[in-house]
Amino acid sequence: MRLLPAFLTVLMVLSGPAIAEVSEVYDFDTRAEEQRYQQLISELRCPKCQNQNIADSNAPISKDMRDEVYRMMQEGASNDQIVGALVDRFGEFVQYKPPVDNRTILLWAFPAIATIGGFLIVAGVVWRARRREDEPPLSAEDRARAEQILASQSDKADRR
Amino acid sequence: MYPELGQLALILSLLLAVLLSVVPLAGALTGRDSLQAFARPLASGMFVFTALAFAILTHAFLVDDFSVAYVANNSNSMLPWYYKFSAVWGGHEGSLLLWILMLIGWTLAVAIFSRKLPSVMVSQVLSVLGMVSVGFLLFIILTSNPFDRLLPNVPADGQDLNPLLQDIGLIMHPPMLYMGYVGFSVAFAFAIAALINGRLDAAWARWSRPWTTVAWSFLTVGIALGSWWAYYELGWGGWWFWDPVENASLLPWLSGTALMHSLAVTEKRGVFKSWTVLLAIVTFALSLLGTFLVRSGVLTSVHAFASDPERGSFLLALLGITILASLTLYAFRAPVVHVRSRYGSLSREIFLLLNNVLLVSATMLVAIGTLYPLVLDYLDLGKLSIGEPFFNTTFSPLAVATGLLLGAGIFSRWKKTDGGWLARKLLWPLAVSLIASAAVMIGYGGFAPWAFLGVFAAMWVAVATAWDLWDKSASRKGRWHGLKRQSRSYWGMVLGHLGLAMVMAGATVVSNYGIERDVRMQPGDRAMVGDYEIVFTDIGERRGPNFTAQYGSFNVYLDGELVTDLHPEKRQYPVGMSVMTEADIDAGLFRDIFVAIGERISDDAWAIRLQYKPLVRWLWLGSLVMAIGGFLAIADKRYRIRVRDEEAVKSGEPAAPGKVAEASS
Amino acid sequence: MKRVLLFLPLVIAVGVGIFLFAGLGKDPTKLESVLIGKPVPEFSLESLDNPEVQLDPSVFQGEVSLLNVWAEWCPSCWDEHEYLMYLAREQGVRIVGLNYKDQRESAFRFLNRLGNPYETIIFDPKGTLGFDLGVYGAPETFVIDAEGVVRYRHVGVVNQKVWEEVLLPVIAQARGNS
Repeated sequence: MRLLPAFLTVLMVLSGPAIAEVSEVYDFDTRAEEQRYQQLISELRCPKCQNQNIADSNAPISKDMRDEVYRMMQEGASNDQIVGALVDRFGEFVQYKPPVDNRTILLWAFPAIATIGGFLIVAGVVWRARRREDEPPLSAEDRARAEQILASQSDKADRR
Repeated sequence: MYPELGQLALILSLLLAVLLSVVPLAGALTGRDSLQAFARPLASGMFVFTALAFAILTHAFLVDDFSVAYVANNSNSMLPWYYKFSAVWGGHEGSLLLWILMLIGWTLAVAIFSRKLPSVMVSQVLSVLGMVSVGFLLFIILTSNPFDRLLPNVPADGQDLNPLLQDIGLIMHPPMLYMGYVGFSVAFAFAIAALINGRLDAAWARWSRPWTTVAWSFLTVGIALGSWWAYYELGWGGWWFWDPVENASLLPWLSGTALMHSLAVTEKRGVFKSWTVLLAIVTFALSLLGTFLVRSGVLTSVHAFASDPERGSFLLALLGITILASLTLYAFRAPVVHVRSRYGSLSREIFLLLNNVLLVSATMLVAIGTLYPLVLDYLDLGKLSIGEPFFNTTFSPLAVATGLLLGAGIFSRWKKTDGGWLARKLLWPLAVSLIASAAVMIGYGGFAPWAFLGVFAAMWVAVATAWDLWDKSASRKGRWHGLKRQSRSYWGMVLGHLGLAMVMAGATVVSNYGIERDVRMQPGDRAMVGDYEIVFTDIGERRGPNFTAQYGSFNVYLDGELVTDLHPEKRQYPVGMSVMTEADIDAGLFRDIFVAIGERISDDAWAIRLQYKPLVRWLWLGSLVMAIGGFLAIADKRYRIRVRDEEAVKSGEPAAPGKVAEASS
Repeated sequence: MKRVLLFLPLVIAVGVGIFLFAGLGKDPTKLESVLIGKPVPEFSLESLDNPEVQLDPSVFQGEVSLLNVWAEWCPSCWDEHEYLMYLAREQGVRIVGLNYKDQRESAFRFLNRLGNPYETIIFDPKGTLGFDLGVYGAPETFVIDAEGVVRYRHVGVVNQKVWEEVLLPVIAQARGNS
C-alpha cells in the first residue's frame, strides 16, 4: 500500500505543469483585436487544470473555450459578454478576476484599508512622540526629588 | 544496506535534536554553564548525521539504486548524472530532506559564528532551532521517508525525472529558495530567545540583522531563479503567475524585507522593538505556511507536490504548534513599556515605519488573495478564482507607493528631518526622474498611466539613490576617496535599492510594452513581432541523450539586418511519454526575442509563438543586484567585533554609541 | 500599546488555521455546476443509435433520470460502466447517455463490449451540448428531474459509494417533488 502514494506522486508530477504549446492559430483583422484575444484568454481559467489560464493549457476543454472566445469575438461580443457566457456555463471559477460583490468587497478594498489604516497608526505614533517632546523629561515632582538627592550628595562631598 | 543507514542517521539526528531542544535551554534558564556547553557539539552532531543521510540518498541516485522507492519514482538509468544529482530534491521526500539539511546547516552556522555572543543567548537560540528541527525530522521520518524500499520487487528502471525538472534552473532554484526560507528561522530563534530571557534591546537587533539579511538575499535569488526558469522553460514567456506556490515564496520575502528595515531602526534607535519581534516571528511563520501550502493539496497549483491529507495534517499541526506557541509567548512577554525616545514626523524612523506599513499591507494583500478562495469555499459562498488581474490591479499601487517613499526616505535623517530642507533636496531628483521617465515612454512608443507611474517610481528610486551617493561621497581628498570611504553596509543599501529600481523598471516595461503573437508559419514564411522580423527557415529532427526532437530554425532580422538565428525544439521523452517544447530565446540586456514551436496545424504549417520582451532580463539582474547588496551589507566591518569590545559584548551590554558605525543603512 | 493588542496576531493565526484545516482533504478541482436549478440547455442532436432521430430536452420530460457523459477514449468511463449497468438493470434507474466528442464506431465498439445501460444516447461529436452543460472532463453524471431541470452534477466515476451517498439522495428528493 505504500506504493499507492508513490504512484500518485508520479502521476501528479507527470501530469502536472503542461508546457504551453500553441495548438491553433486564429486570424484577426487588426493587431488590437489579436491583443484583445490574448488578454482575454490569459484572464480565463482552465476548469480542470491545476491553476492555468486557457492560454497556456493544453487541455481539450481549454481549446473549446478558446474556440468559443474567438467565435464570440467574431460575432462582435464585448469582453464582459464573452466572460459572462463562459461563467454561465462553468461557474465563477473560470474568471481569474474575482467579481466585485458583497463577498469580495473586503478583498478589493483591502489595499486601501490597510494602507490608510497603517498611515493613521503611524500618524498616531508621530503625534504621541510629539506630545512627549513637549513634556519635559522630568516631571516637576521628579525634578524636586532629583534636586534634593543631588543636594545631599554634594553636602556629603563637602563634608569630607 | 545504505538506505537503512540513511534512515538510521535521520533517527540519530532526531535524537540529538531533542537533546538540543532541551539541554541548553535548561542550562540557560538555570544558569548552568555545563549544560549550555552542550549546544555547539549537539548542533555539530546533528549536522553530521543529516549530511550523512543526504549523502546516502544522493549516492542511491547516482548508482541507480531503484530498490529505493523515491529513486525509482524520480530517476532513470538514462538520466544524465547531473540531473540524477538534482533529482534528489525533485520530489517531496527528497526536497524535505534538503530543507532539513539546510535548517541544521543554519543551526550549525549560528553555533560557529556566535562565539562572541553571551552563552545564555546562544544556548536559547540553538535550543529553539533544535525544536524546529525536531518537528521537521519527525515529519520526514513518520510520513515522508525518502529511504522507503520497494523490496522485493525492485523495478528494472525508474520512472524518470519529470522533463520539466531536467534543467539547470531546477538544480539551483530549490536550494536557494530553501536557504532563504530556512534562514529566517534564525531571526525567529533570536526573537524567541529574546522573549524568553526578556532581553530585547539594540544588541539583540544587531545580532539578528546579518542572519536576516543573508536569508533575505538567498530568498531573493531563489525567487528570481524560479521566475527565470519558468520564463524560459514553460514556453509561455511569463515570469510571474500569482500562483499560490509563487505567492507562498513572496510572502516571507515581503515580510522579510520589512523585518530587515525594522531591525535597522531597532538597532540604531532602540525603538519599535515589539513590532520587530513580531515581524521576525511572522516571517518565519510565513515560510512554514508556504511549506504547508505546497505540500498539502489545499490550494491548486501547477507547482504543488503530490497532495496527501495525512502529510497535510501533520504539517498543519507542526505549523500550528510553532506559530501558536510563539505568538502566545509574544503576547505575554513582548514589551509594552514605551521607550522614551523622540523622533520627528519626517525622521528616518518614521519613513522606515511607513515602509513597513506598505510592505506589510502588501504581504497581507498577497496572503488574503491567496487564501480567500479557501475561505469563501468553507463558508459555502462559492468557488472563486483570484489571479493575475486581481493582483496586478491591487499590488502595483503598493509597489509604486513603496518606491516613491523610498526615494524621499533616502535623504531622511534619524530623529529629525527638516521638511523644507527635504523638499528642496528632492526637487532636482524629481525633475530628473520626470524627464527620464518621459523619455522612456517616448522611446517605447506610447504613454500609459500605469506604465508611467511604474517607470517613474523606478527612476525616482535610482536617481535618489545616486544623488545621495553623490552627496555622501563628497570629500576634500577627491571623489574616489569619498566613494571608497563609504562602508560596505552603505554600499549594500545602495545596491539593494538600485536592484529594486531595476526590477520595477523591468516589470513595468515588459508588462506594458511586451508583444505576444501566435502565428501560423510554414518554412519560408515571415512574421513581425514589434520591430523584429522572424523568418521560419527549416524544421528537422535531432536526438538527445534521453529524447528525440523536432528542431526548428528561425532567422531574426531588425531593420533588414540579421540579428541572430534561433532553434526552438519540441522534444519527446520516451520513458515518461511526455512532450516538451523548448523555446529558444535571443537574450539581450534590453530585450528578449522568444520563439516556441506549438502544434503541427497541417502537413507543412506549425503554430508558432513569437514574443518580444523588452527589459525582461532586468527582473532577474535587478534581483541579483539586490542580493549582492544584501551579501555586501553583512560583510561590513562592524560585524567583526573588535577585541576591546569583547568583554562588553559577553556581558550583553549594547555597544557604546560611539562605536556603532555611522553609515545610515 | 496595550497588552490586549498583542494578542491580535494570535487570534488571526488561529482563524487562518481553522480555514486551512477545513481545506484539508477537499478536492479543489471538483466544481459545482452553475446549472443547478436551471433547465437543461437547448440542444438538437442526433441519437447515437439512429441518425434520423433528433433529440432535444424533451427527452428528459416525465421521469427523473441520470445524464451520463461518456466516451470511448475516456479510461475512467470504462471503469464506471459496470456499475451503470447495475443501476440500469437492477435498480431501474433511467440513464440517458451523452456520447461526448466521440466517433460513432468507437462508441458502438464500447457498448458492444461493455453493454448498454442507456435508454437513449445523445450523440455529441463536437461537444456542443457538453460545453453548454459546463462539462470539463469525462466522466460526469447529472441528475435531471422530470421537468428537465438540472438537480446535481457529479464529476468523476459513479460507484457504489457515490451512488449511495451522493446521487440517490438527490434523486429521491427530485422524485419526491414531482
